[in-house]
Amino acid sequence: MQWTKPFTKLAASLALAVGFSSVVVPASAEELGYPEKEELTFGFIKLTDMAPIAIAYEKGFFEEEGLYVTIEAQANWKVLLDGVIDGRLDGAHMLAGQPIAATMGFGTKADIITPFSMDLNGNGITVSNAIWEEMKPNIPKMDDGRPVHPIKADALKPVVEKYKADGKPFNMGMVFPVSTHNYELRYWLAAGGIHPGYYAPHKGDTSGQIDADALLSVTPPPQMPATLEAGTIYGYCVGEPWNQQAVFKGIGVPVVTDYEIWKDNPEKVFGITKEFAEKYPNTTVRITRALIRAAMWLDENNNANRPEAVKILSQSNYVGADYDVIANSMTGTFEYEKGDKREVPDFNVFFRYHATYPYYSDAIWYLTQMRRWGQISEDKPDEWYKELAAKVYRPDIYQAAAKSLIEEKLATAGQFPDFTSEDGYRNPQTHFIDGIVYNGQKPNEYIEKFAIGLKSGQKL
Amino acid sequence: MNTTTVNAEKLTGFKLPQLRQVFSGIIVSGVIRLVALPLAGILAFLLLWSVTAQNIDTSLGKFPGPAAVMEQFNALYDEHQRSRKKEQAFYERQEKRNAERVAKDPNYTPKIRAYTGKETFLDQIITSLVTVMSGFLLAVAIAVPLGIAIGLSKTLNSAINPIIQIFKPVSPLAWLPLVTMVVSALYTSPDPVVAKSFLNSLITVTLCCIWPMVINTAVGVAGIDNDLVNVSKVLRLPALRHVQKIVLPASVPMIFTGMRLSLGVAWMVLIAAEMLAQNPGLGKFVWDEFQNGSSDSLARIMTAVLVIGFIGFLLDRGMLTLQKLVSWDKSASQ
Repeated sequence: MQWTKPFTKLAASLALAVGFSSVVVPASAEELGYPEKEELTFGFIKLTDMAPIAIAYEKGFFEEEGLYVTIEAQANWKVLLDGVIDGRLDGAHMLAGQPIAATMGFGTKADIITPFSMDLNGNGITVSNAIWEEMKPNIPKMDDGRPVHPIKADALKPVVEKYKADGKPFNMGMVFPVSTHNYELRYWLAAGGIHPGYYAPHKGDTSGQIDADALLSVTPPPQMPATLEAGTIYGYCVGEPWNQQAVFKGIGVPVVTDYEIWKDNPEKVFGITKEFAEKYPNTTVRITRALIRAAMWLDENNNANRPEAVKILSQSNYVGADYDVIANSMTGTFEYEKGDKREVPDFNVFFRYHATYPYYSDAIWYLTQMRRWGQISEDKPDEWYKELAAKVYRPDIYQAAAKSLIEEKLATAGQFPDFTSEDGYRNPQTHFIDGIVYNGQKPNEYIEKFAIGLKSGQKL
Repeated sequence: MNTTTVNAEKLTGFKLPQLRQVFSGIIVSGVIRLVALPLAGILAFLLLWSVTAQNIDTSLGKFPGPAAVMEQFNALYDEHQRSRKKEQAFYERQEKRNAERVAKDPNYTPKIRAYTGKETFLDQIITSLVTVMSGFLLAVAIAVPLGIAIGLSKTLNSAINPIIQIFKPVSPLAWLPLVTMVVSALYTSPDPVVAKSFLNSLITVTLCCIWPMVINTAVGVAGIDNDLVNVSKVLRLPALRHVQKIVLPASVPMIFTGMRLSLGVAWMVLIAAEMLAQNPGLGKFVWDEFQNGSSDSLARIMTAVLVIGFIGFLLDRGMLTLQKLVSWDKSASQ
């Protein structure tokens, strides 16, 4: 029976392999478990940075997690936030400031968390053609006659001063009081010496126009171009494709991108209520897994999938703008003045540079800006900032999702931050338009560095 | 030619050219009135539309002309077909996934979840139609009995009339925020039978189309011929019989006039409410397209505008036909 030996050996190893695999699969599935809630509705605003949600749906990543997701466009950020709070939506593409402000109780009070940061960069500031003509003489030019970028608000300052002297209000638009866009626009203006105004919620002032040179007000993102065209505002800060749309429509000129204001700044997050995460832990991890896979797909092979992503986003149920308009910023370029198209390979980052990891330091940056502009009316110790950030940003859920993806060989450990050593804080960041360095560990020290903005001990 | 005319003249005693003139006059005027004039009107409108459209430059391109609308109509239909295919694939994938799970976990009872893809233009039309009819029927159920009661009782009329007069001119959209908040507060089932958005649209529609029906019904009931009322008195009909046999038949023309008015209002209100509240339906379609700002958006909105108009027209004709069927007074239903 010598000849049977190799066969028995083979049969044994086969049996072992089969047995082993049949053990492994349920084991990992057991670890994660089936989703407790399978039918979900997610909200979004028509902006290109909602891409991870659209991709997770279209590429079947949600379905592979056993999730049946309906994706609904929302009219504005307020409606979206209310939808998540009252349960009409299970989760949504949110402004990073929304879960933070809600948890803090600025505006609406609700416990909202985020296990997943959606992207880096992706916004721009656009001014109307008329304002651009007035700004142009103040901007240095390159040899070929095109303006030197990044353009600072210094170029806008004389224009705003002229409006002020004539007694005309200088109106600009942003998308929500706690939006990235509000803080970016304020950051840019203040870096150029233009005061964007303070909030004083303790006195009931939530318009944010106290002491303002430029008056900032809220307009929903897709309405920005139409509002600019109507002359209600002279400029705005919004996400894509609404800056490029202004170029295509010939109604405005994007002067600066948020990439130039703060290189690789954290942008939107995926928000769910704390209650949802506690009630449906498996569902929460599975949503995060699908979103991570979508983000990886978006940045894969040096953005090779972007054209396909643009095609998906241009469908009327997602962003709906023309392919060319969306492609302008999503495929590594950005068009400033008509015809002045420049390379900005990192304009929209979805996965590189650990874009999706919810760093506490990202949340704290938003809190520093809320304090700087008076939305947080009183001084808070550094510990307060850190505690609040840890309440909202949930790297623990992200890690559970990432680890299971690594285990299933859908991702490699090298693609994520080193979970054993990282502490939720990015290294001090230096790429700001005014050269100020941000260290998330020391929020109060950071707030002190700004020429315009509330300082410690100051209360309006 | 000449001889036949002369012969015919001799035979009949009539001058044939005159006769021919009379007949052809009738036919021609009928053809002109029923076919040629409407056709000419439509042609003139299309011409005016396409000429004007070419001269309006918006920041999203030229205003859409008839050709662009036709093109979008086809595109929307194709989109619908594609979406149906996707839906089928969705269910197939789901069945496969369910089967896999049952194989692994025999205790699991498979469940089929509804398609999660987007609503197509045709779906939106159906949603709007269902909503408007539900809201309208609910309004009929409230307004007709209320109108009859008001028409029969002068006391009730004096009591309720001021309220009707104040609520009647309220813009439907002013109701919407209130309705939305109240529905959100009261309708909090974790597994709702109908969507909140549907309920919001429905109640807004109902609130707005109640008034014309109440007023018309009340006026119709109050204006019944005294002879009929006397007949009822002589026969000593009980109240319910009186309403059933005398009041209702007598006031049917007015009730239907009210219903026709209401349905017209309901359709307009619904589209506006859908636009404002982003509730599913044609209104949402219009608003989504406006927000998209794509180069097709205006043509798609124009397509929706025409469809909305056409459906409104059909609803009105439908009510008119119904009115003619049930009403004894054929002259009133023009």
